[in-house]
Amino acid sequence: MKYTEEHEWVRMDGDVAVVGISAYAAEQLGDVVYVELPAIGAKVVKGKDMAVVESAKAASDVYAPISGEIVAVNDALGSAPETVNAGAEAGGWFVKIKPSNAGEMDALMDAGAYKTFVEGL
Amino acid sequence: MRYLPLTEDDRARMLATIGVKSVDDLYVDVPQAARLKGLVDLPKAQGELAVERRMRALAEKNTPAGRTAFFLGAGAYRHHVPASVDHLIQRGEFLTSYTPYQPEIAQGTLQALYEFQTQVAELLGCEIANASMYDGSTACAEAALMAARATKRKRVIVSGGVHPHYIEATRTLCEAQGVEIVALAPAVDGEAEVMKHLDDTVAGVLVQSPNVFGTVTDLTPISDAAHAKGALLVATFTEAVSFGMVEPPGAMGADIVAGEGQSIGNSLNFGGPYVGLFATREKLVRSMPGRVAGETVDADGKRGFVLTLSTREQHIRREKATSNICTNAGLCTLAFTIHMTLLGQRGLSQLAELNHETACALADALAGVKGVELLTPRFFNEFAVRLPKGAQGVVDKLAGQNIVAGVAYSRLREGMDDVLIVAATETNTEDDIAKFAAALKGAL
Repeated sequence: MKYTEEHEWVRMDGDVAVVGISAYAAEQLGDVVYVELPAIGAKVVKGKDMAVVESAKAASDVYAPISGEIVAVNDALGSAPETVNAGAEAGGWFVKIKPSNAGEMDALMDAGAYKTFVEGL
Repeated sequence: MRYLPLTEDDRARMLATIGVKSVDDLYVDVPQAARLKGLVDLPKAQGELAVERRMRALAEKNTPAGRTAFFLGAGAYRHHVPASVDHLIQRGEFLTSYTPYQPEIAQGTLQALYEFQTQVAELLGCEIANASMYDGSTACAEAALMAARATKRKRVIVSGGVHPHYIEATRTLCEAQGVEIVALAPAVDGEAEVMKHLDDTVAGVLVQSPNVFGTVTDLTPISDAAHAKGALLVATFTEAVSFGMVEPPGAMGADIVAGEGQSIGNSLNFGGPYVGLFATREKLVRSMPGRVAGETVDADGKRGFVLTLSTREQHIRREKATSNICTNAGLCTLAFTIHMTLLGQRGLSQLAELNHETACALADALAGVKGVELLTPRFFNEFAVRLPKGAQGVVDKLAGQNIVAGVAYSRLREGMDDVLIVAATETNTEDDIAKFAAALKGAL
């Protein structure tokens, strides 16, 4: 599992990248009440916004950790956005991206580096 | 002591920070010819009596609607507003209140907005309404933007029956955000024309019923066709009283219903301030612009009201806010709510029927004038007639006889010079109608 400075995580599952927001981000947001996901087939660009997560106190953009095409979205979040709080880095995944350049993964932080990064915030 | 918010030093540092030499440098884009040279030449101070005399003389240059036989519509309608409405909205708690950010001091305002939303949702046949918009035209424009937001598409087809001012406001707000507006040619009975332009790139079709020519349209087939292409049906309106009698757009499948609420509780007010009504489906609520007052309970479990769903507004989301509308027309909204409450469901139906009956009487009288052709096939309280000569000239002539005969369509949008739009409400008497018909006969 890799992380971004914007608090997304990404994990390769075969040739598809599964993406969500980190447990730290979910905790900071508080109770998630709504998640707006991109359309399947949409092209996303590393570092550009691709989704919106809304909690009782804030609405924040979620950025694409890598470039590629959206091949799946987590429809369960529509009726149960609280899934993000229950398991941000598991069942609360947002989208699956077919990467256009898998090499972009290399620049992201591993779990240890992300932990250090969060502690420094 | 004069209040000086900035010292010369503050000013110099601010100018240095943004990199200009003087305050005048901030106005370089304003042409010299448009700038004021020196002070405005105003008369010296005068006593209260003299000022009153002068202001009264100025005010008397206006002709109040109530002193004429008045048949204007096309976006603004003269209805009777009960005296209790004006009395209640002038209570200090309402008259001077600010945006209800603090629920602990704004329960009255919040509850009034909550009641307003319920009334609007029911009136328009929708699941949810917001706490109002500026007016009908900007509500219409925001509805078109919302269709683009909700569908992630960038094109809106606008029927030729939509009020031309609404089309212009919609174009102005949409094109600045990259949403293309395709406005079809003016048509008295052509709302369904939008269906011919539907494809997979269309975010929404925007229609009006009753439209600017007064035509009432069954929107169900248009809604079905739009939904089949993944587009939304956006319906606008200028005469809210019509929904006391006509099936509201939401009940005919419209996804967003947005228009003008002036005719309930609000006077003509020289064209504004008015109150925009905005309602939609619950599943689209997060794409909806504006404020929502919600019901909740306080720490003791007692019923209370708060602004809700505000995390998408500009004070939190800045430039990524759902919409940049921030202030609503609070006092006009309250006037609407009070008048609606006084009317009740049956009162609104009776008011609507009275409007329709008066309009039917007017249509019969005008159609009896030689050379006048009734164009509107199905109407509520407003309709278009074709005259054997230019409509604007006739309007000008009748104005000289203290009859405000309607709006020449050519005043709103080019073409159709011979088309006159007339409205009748419960305020028109049989005598008004007879006078109008006789004067029209004389003018043709």
